[in-house]
Amino acid sequence: MPKLVLEPREMNSIFVPMQVAALALIMTTLCGAVLFAIYGVNPLKGLRAVFIEPLQSTYGIGEVLLKMAPLLLIAQGLAIGFRAQVWNIGAEGQLILGAIAASVLAIQFDGTSSPLLLPAMVLAGMVAGMAWAGIAAFLRTQFNANEILVTFMLTSVALQLLYYLVTGPLKDPMGFNFPQSISFGSSAKFPLIIDGTRANASLYIGLVVTVIAAIFVRFSFANYKLSVGGLASGAAFYAGFSSKRAIWVALLVSGGAAGLAGVGEVAGPLGQLQRNLSPGYGYAGIIVAVLGGLNPIGILFAAAIMALVYVGGDFALLSVGVPDAVTDILQGILLISYLACSLLLTMRVRWTREVVG
Amino acid sequence: MAEPLLNILGVTKSYGRVVANDDVDFRVEASRIHAVLGENGAGKSTLMKVIYGVTKPDSGTVEWEGRAVDIASPAEARRLGVGMVFQHFSLFETLTVTENISLAVPGTKVELAQRIKDASARFGLDVEPGAHVHTLTVGERQRIEILRCVLQKPKLIILDEPTSVLPPQGIVKLFETLKTLASEGIAIVFISHKLDEIRALCDTATIMRAGRVVGVVNPKEESAKSLTRLMIGQEVAAMSPRSEAKAGAQVMQVTDMSLAPESPYAPTLSNLNLTLRAGQILGIAGVSGNGQGSLTRALAGEVLTQGDTILMNGAPIGAAGPEARRRLGVHFIPEERLGRGAVPGHSLAENVGLTTFHSGILSRGFLRLSKRRARAEEVIRRMDVRCDGPEAAATSLSGGNLQKFIVSREMELGPKVLIAEQPTWGVDVGAAAAIRQRLLDLRDQGVAILIVSEELEELMEICDRIQVMFRGQLSASVAVGQTDIDHIGLAMAGAFDALEAADA
Repeated sequence: MPKLVLEPREMNSIFVPMQVAALALIMTTLCGAVLFAIYGVNPLKGLRAVFIEPLQSTYGIGEVLLKMAPLLLIAQGLAIGFRAQVWNIGAEGQLILGAIAASVLAIQFDGTSSPLLLPAMVLAGMVAGMAWAGIAAFLRTQFNANEILVTFMLTSVALQLLYYLVTGPLKDPMGFNFPQSISFGSSAKFPLIIDGTRANASLYIGLVVTVIAAIFVRFSFANYKLSVGGLASGAAFYAGFSSKRAIWVALLVSGGAAGLAGVGEVAGPLGQLQRNLSPGYGYAGIIVAVLGGLNPIGILFAAAIMALVYVGGDFALLSVGVPDAVTDILQGILLISYLACSLLLTMRVRWTREVVG
Repeated sequence: MAEPLLNILGVTKSYGRVVANDDVDFRVEASRIHAVLGENGAGKSTLMKVIYGVTKPDSGTVEWEGRAVDIASPAEARRLGVGMVFQHFSLFETLTVTENISLAVPGTKVELAQRIKDASARFGLDVEPGAHVHTLTVGERQRIEILRCVLQKPKLIILDEPTSVLPPQGIVKLFETLKTLASEGIAIVFISHKLDEIRALCDTATIMRAGRVVGVVNPKEESAKSLTRLMIGQEVAAMSPRSEAKAGAQVMQVTDMSLAPESPYAPTLSNLNLTLRAGQILGIAGVSGNGQGSLTRALAGEVLTQGDTILMNGAPIGAAGPEARRRLGVHFIPEERLGRGAVPGHSLAENVGLTTFHSGILSRGFLRLSKRRARAEEVIRRMDVRCDGPEAAATSLSGGNLQKFIVSREMELGPKVLIAEQPTWGVDVGAAAAIRQRLLDLRDQGVAILIVSEELEELMEICDRIQVMFRGQLSASVAVGQTDIDHIGLAMAGAFDALEAADA
């Protein structure tokens, strides 16, 4: 009787993570079809709305690129920490701090036409994100406080800080008491990159970060030290690689990248600081990093797919009338499918004929 | 011939393309001690896993007490009466000794703790029942495994290289235990590649090579040489005649070093003194768990002490970390290969970078991949590491080959001081001989070497001077020529006077 056996893979190939990601995507599609059926929507129509319709118009493509920019930035930063087993799950909070810092500059220098304003905002956002993540690094290295809990809880603190600022010091005085800042001038906003869309130049920052991340991962000694620490702390100790340093590097890099994503939001589609800064990019970035196999190029594709699910969820809301929670559900299914399939990263399935009596 | 307890006929098992067992026959009779002899990777462990129900053979039959059986799981094997002491331990690190044993042996914990204490005393297997396994050393963990097995009152006990971490007196005692067990009707399968032990203990020896049985002999009628020839298919290169050490200047000096224990069950190091000289090998004998781990960590810089407790060429280095010491020429071969000496998920090329990063494979924070690869190739070539090249994963190598790789990597760095912890533990005869030879070559080139080992024969063979470690203390150093195994054995049990008497 033939039976299935699992056996370890002998060689690691770059195609394996791609196959696993594709398998996860197929499983998500199938689950999505079931989901639409439950809502009483023709599954093919529903899937078409999510995965095809956004790509059929310039506007749709622009939206996908717009959502892709923050996901790409956040995931590239997080992946570097995840490889070192440093789990920053508070990118959402670091994004908010980045957005706040950039907004303070934009509001302070409102009306200027200086070309230095935008670069200054980018820098301030990055530093603010790093500082916010740095709190977790400090508490971890000094008091061994778990960075998962600290980064997660700091997100709540960041949200409260944001609510206070948009209803207090940074509120638009002429804004009829709405919890938002003034609208930024054009010198405080990223230029658009495709006419007729909202896609802006912050995507270029994401792409540059991707290239840097790819070089960092393949060639840098710093990344080598991080990965040794992540895979075998005993070996890092033996080699003399400082684990405290690894924690600082991992959290500062991921915090800085999330801060940049925050700048992209306020200096991009929002054009102001407001209560609803991010539709959960900080959390979705975790999914993107994992789905991309913690590989910079893999993350590029994963960010595009995740952005498509965001935009596709909106399209499905409009064209087939399913609730917008569909976006969250599909993202969740995508992550769970990937984690379920990740066994296949190190093992392979083989049919065998059993002959033992 | 007596009815066999266990009769294995034509067992074949392959993993991917590797045939680990090829048409193997093996019979075990009650009351007899059977040796299974072979190099690393000869298929001994696979055969044992088949008997213990861990691995299912691709083909072949297993008969137990004359009846064909299908041993589907270790639980099944234990039910039949097979007990096994693995080479790689299967213990839960976060549990205590008693808790680990209670997973396999019924009874309340209080009752078990008492039985463990009784059995410890009877078999000379010193273990603290309340200790957590993660705080224990390799040697202590193996003792738990042996105890756990014996407490289950089996009909057949398989021991996979059980003596490699026992002191000489412990081996003698274990052999007495095994002989007692055999005389009570229990069959023993004893896996080893230590020929003297097999010739002293076993009634019959099955010799395996490359997955096949190449001979079943009476080891008492064979010579060590003839067994080796069967085992590896050729003669072992004789070690070049040992030249007298030309001990040079003091290189590293440890003065009154004391260290707090790293875990509640580890001993405190108190007032250790030792001197490493150029062109001399100092051996540290002792049963594992007496502070050797703390000592080597302190010497390698993983644990820092006051600066002047460790001097390197007269300069204080006690407060310098591993990287700083490596730059001064202090290199370390740790006991654990995977997870400490090498990173499991990394390739050999990446693992070369673990300790050689300051020697030419880095340029402004960036790795020079081709240099690293070339270096890995050199490391592999120099010790004849059997592998698929620099890109092979560290986990794909056998224990012996990975050890050769690590030894070779550290030797390539041109050490001035080399600290080696159990350098040949679990390594096959050929590789062990090669490693020892390289250590002697380095000594002759003027390197100061410290070797921590539990194998006294090994220390007597390659060391110039020996110190014994017991409960965190070091004996005075004694020249190898002025002592013998018996006196060192006594010192290993705490009687440091025995050494001085011999030295006098």
